[in-house]
Amino acid sequence: MTDYNNSDLLGKAKKAWEDLVSKTLDKHPERKDFKLDSGHQLEKIYDPITMGSFDYLNQLNWPGEYPFTRGIQPTMYRGRLWTIRQYAGYGSAEETNKRFRYLLEQGQTGLSVAFDLPTQVGYDSDHLLARGEVGKVGVAIDSLVDMEILMNQIPLDQVSTSMTINAPAAVLLAMYLAVAEKQGVAPDKLKGTIQNDILKEYVARGTYIFPPKESMRLVVDILAFAGEKVPSWNPISISGYHIREAGSNAVQEVAFTLSNAIAYVEAALKAGMKVDQFAPRLSFFFNAHSNFFEEVAKFRAARRIWARLMKERFGAEDPRSMTLRFHTQTAGCTLTAQQPDVNLMRVAFQALSAVLGGTQSLHTNSRDEALALPSEHSVQLALRTQQVIAHEIGVTDTVDPLGGSYYIEELTDLLEKQVNSYIESIDEIGGAVEAINKGFIQQEIQASAYQYQKEVEEQKRIVVGVNRFTEGEEKPIDLLKMDPATSRRQLERLKELRLSRNQDKVASSLQNLRKAARGEENLMPHILSAVKVYATLGEICGALRDVFGEYQQQINL
Amino acid sequence: MASKPVRVLVGKVGLDGHDRGAKVVAQALRDAGMEVIYTGLRQTPEQIVETALQEDVQVIGLSILSGAHMQLLPPILEMLHEQESHDIIVIVGGIIPKEDTLYLKEKGIAEVFSPGTSTEKIVSFIKQKMGDNK
Repeated sequence: MTDYNNSDLLGKAKKAWEDLVSKTLDKHPERKDFKLDSGHQLEKIYDPITMGSFDYLNQLNWPGEYPFTRGIQPTMYRGRLWTIRQYAGYGSAEETNKRFRYLLEQGQTGLSVAFDLPTQVGYDSDHLLARGEVGKVGVAIDSLVDMEILMNQIPLDQVSTSMTINAPAAVLLAMYLAVAEKQGVAPDKLKGTIQNDILKEYVARGTYIFPPKESMRLVVDILAFAGEKVPSWNPISISGYHIREAGSNAVQEVAFTLSNAIAYVEAALKAGMKVDQFAPRLSFFFNAHSNFFEEVAKFRAARRIWARLMKERFGAEDPRSMTLRFHTQTAGCTLTAQQPDVNLMRVAFQALSAVLGGTQSLHTNSRDEALALPSEHSVQLALRTQQVIAHEIGVTDTVDPLGGSYYIEELTDLLEKQVNSYIESIDEIGGAVEAINKGFIQQEIQASAYQYQKEVEEQKRIVVGVNRFTEGEEKPIDLLKMDPATSRRQLERLKELRLSRNQDKVASSLQNLRKAARGEENLMPHILSAVKVYATLGEICGALRDVFGEYQQQINL
Repeated sequence: MASKPVRVLVGKVGLDGHDRGAKVVAQALRDAGMEVIYTGLRQTPEQIVETALQEDVQVIGLSILSGAHMQLLPPILEMLHEQESHDIIVIVGGIIPKEDTLYLKEKGIAEVFSPGTSTEKIVSFIKQKMGDNK
């Protein structure tokens, strides 16, 4: 290949092209300003001149090699495809169990549990604040009884299970461990993830319970316990997904996620753990939004930034501590209620960006989610979308097929710089916890969300079916209907449990938990004991509320 | 003479944590010259009504994406009625199926805005309603 870098042949050729461009522009001006979602003004074209000198080994290297820009494994999808992991769960444990077994039969390879809101904020189904919410956005889990039903006939040594649970993550992990024990599966055989990322709950997702300091203690307790007892489990999934859904741009998504990750790493180090002891089990969760190349570059940049952070800032030595393993979900906030079938296309492109970005697992949204919970047919289409990407279109045949594209590499470098400068500003504030306390992250997200909305309303951003191409008949699609009896049955089961279990054992397990919470020991063993004697989630979180208090949301508006 | 600005309570009812829409609408209403009180997350129907009366608002804008609207919204309307404050205009935004929309409107919700609604449309709806009420 000719090396043009030192020749002015290339410069002359480009100059000639630029003359051509200016003549073209005289006749045909460009349609608009071209910008990334995160605001950066784009060039007409990227080429060897815009790229300048490029250090392949330093910036890219081969997949599976530091800084892992091209992927975390040497062979990526040629060896093993990503895990198709559709988030599911609604109504009762019985219904969700049925949906899980259906998905496994359809070729899904991992489970992902959605919990209802009372479960996510640590209330039992019979709590006053649970009214209207039981079994709505996920499955209701009040006690070990429900978890036993949820995982009925699903061999826990053969599936990996992701649980979207944060504030009460310790309780749900304990329930899962207890069910595994009953199935005769040893904890070291268990594979899965709990989200357990409380920091983003304060800024984006809203299912917090305890104040930040106490919540961070729970996170660290789980990291320590899982590291020792459930070594193949991902005890945290540090999530940018919801930060993006709340309105941030791509740069903020990665910057705030990695700042939160830094806070967890620092907390674990402070608790006396060694970086290479827990960092290999840290996992991540990102959003696949609509700006295709920006998203691909975002995933690649995130891997490189994390690798450098772990090696340079935290002195990690184990390469597994430096590899950013992540789950991706397509962007729920881009789904439209108008012309919902069009969402199939949005989801497919977003999913493709995640695959080209090297994701480890993927959830594709269903077309009807701006209208209701997805119907079984819509979920199947979403699943099939991934299977088409995996098996039909050839994008998995070679590793990082976009690597080396002038545009992709330029974007990857650019996003890396912008993310790093955000991380620096958060460091200056005193880290993520402090930036959240001061409302900085919330305000940044809010400003981006408002700007996005204004751009849509001013037609600077086109959303097909919403502010353009709105004509055409809307064909109604069959939506999922919730069974109103679900909530009643859940309440009955809970009532029965409260009557049939050994109250003394429950009371003393909760007393022990309170005592431990006042001290400094790891809370996981106490939570596990309480779960096993059928203390409910609400009771366990209630005991912790007694000691820790509750977080009061700041309103920055 | 400039008329007094409209006072609006923007509220998140139930346990739903999705507050992007509520905050964007709150900011847009404020930019349109209205006085906006935002409740933050996890409000019970009782708290919404209490705050609305305390703050003497003319409009309540509720956001709910969790599917609990049929259980959580009607009690708000009933309580407003009991307090003889049914002249307060209640509007809702979120993921609310069409058939539920019809029911909620019968119950007294002035309008249900679905995803994709422009803030401009919400602003002009409120302005028009306030004009009607004069």
